[in-house]
Amino acid sequence: MAAEDYPADLKYHREHDWARIENSEATLGITWYAQDSLGELVHFEPPEEGQPVSMDESYGEVESVKAVSDVISPLSGEVLEVNRKVVDEPETVNADPYGEGWLIRIRLSDQSEAEKLLDGEAYRAFLAER
Amino acid sequence: MQTLLRTPLHDRHIALGARLVPFAGWEMPVQYEGVIAEHRAVRSDCGVFDVSHMGELQVEGPRARELLQSLLSNDLDRIGPGKAQYTLLTNERGGILDDLIVYELSPARFLLIVNAANTVSDLAWLTDHQLPGADVSDRSAEYALLAVQGPRAIERLGLAPARPFTWDTAEIDGIEVLAARTGYTGEDGVELLSQAEDGEQLWDRVVARGAKPSGLGARDTLRLEVCFPLHGNDIGPDTDAISAGLGWTCALDKDFTGAAALRRIKEEGPARRLAPFVMQEKAIARQGMAITDPPGEVTSGSHSPMLDVGIGMGYVPAADAAPGTTITIDVRGRERAARIVDKPIYKREQLDP
Repeated sequence: MAAEDYPADLKYHREHDWARIENSEATLGITWYAQDSLGELVHFEPPEEGQPVSMDESYGEVESVKAVSDVISPLSGEVLEVNRKVVDEPETVNADPYGEGWLIRIRLSDQSEAEKLLDGEAYRAFLAER
Repeated sequence: MQTLLRTPLHDRHIALGARLVPFAGWEMPVQYEGVIAEHRAVRSDCGVFDVSHMGELQVEGPRARELLQSLLSNDLDRIGPGKAQYTLLTNERGGILDDLIVYELSPARFLLIVNAANTVSDLAWLTDHQLPGADVSDRSAEYALLAVQGPRAIERLGLAPARPFTWDTAEIDGIEVLAARTGYTGEDGVELLSQAEDGEQLWDRVVARGAKPSGLGARDTLRLEVCFPLHGNDIGPDTDAISAGLGWTCALDKDFTGAAALRRIKEEGPARRLAPFVMQEKAIARQGMAITDPPGEVTSGSHSPMLDVGIGMGYVPAADAAPGTTITIDVRGRERAARIVDKPIYKREQLDP
């Protein structure tokens, strides 16, 4: 399992999802806190490539032995790629939530949405208040 | 909000960093290191579960056997002192009020270890049917109960070999216990009943002997892999023993509450049956999901740590319950295929080289 971390170069959504924004595209995943709360992941139900995703709405599900959770999109856009490694080996998310454990890559439809997301420090503070 | 009850081992769970959840009115460890690691430890070596939340009801007196014979489905005359028996407490309709293990402590004294959620209602049922000469008492608070399970459990505890469903008194590093060859994992092992005040010390000794602390999460996946029903999920007051595949626990040649109804269901054949299944696609069925074809309902569903696929049990029409039948389950809006299989879903030989 990875150690608790919220990298400074990512943006965070309050539903415990992260985005790595690169120009008009973004890579999405779930935070260390999310994977720790769920426990070892055993299933990722991914979206279809080409499917639209909307900020604040579910684009897939992750499951541990005991729990199922919707994955909420931090940004809007269209699915470019699904991480097949996570579909085949969901535990990759627990081992490396911000690296090999990314979930999908999207083309952004509204780059201004990023302003509504939290930076690492603000997300940490949000977790501490819970 | 009602306060959650705590077992004598609560401080140990906190110290081990367990994730605690409410379960049947108790605050219980669902996992320590992780469900999958704990599950595999029990299948390959040995794990220890705190199951002190379970109820212990004692029935004592010259008519104790008579009372239990009239209320429990299995035939107590098939066992004797030093033996234990899996049995059901049934209502008039043959519905299952609880499933439990009865231990014959002596010909006039029996201990019933019952599901935590049913301790109060079982006690009320027994008391309502009480006979003079059969005293029913709730002893739950007096005991700690540890399940030590796995192929190396007996060796690690230094116990003598014994047959399943027997019990004996024993000492584990000087602590007196009642050691019963029973469990809920499909593995060899024991359930150790000690005085509540000895519980922490017993836990420490068992862990020091190499048993891995394991939570209710692993307990659930272990029992599901071997198709042991969970009361409240797979069986309950509105499900009968025949449909649930528990006809073998019902001595229909004796009279007990619900026997007439069960005889009728057996004769006519049940309308539906509890069937184990394995997912044929990447998906995990969960309790309460609809089986859409044929029509039915999932009563337990999880990921199998040994088989690395979704598994479960559910009720389907009796005509569609044969192993090999393909069924369709509505997994949150997606139709997913599963296949009905023989019990148990996981067999040890499957993975042995």
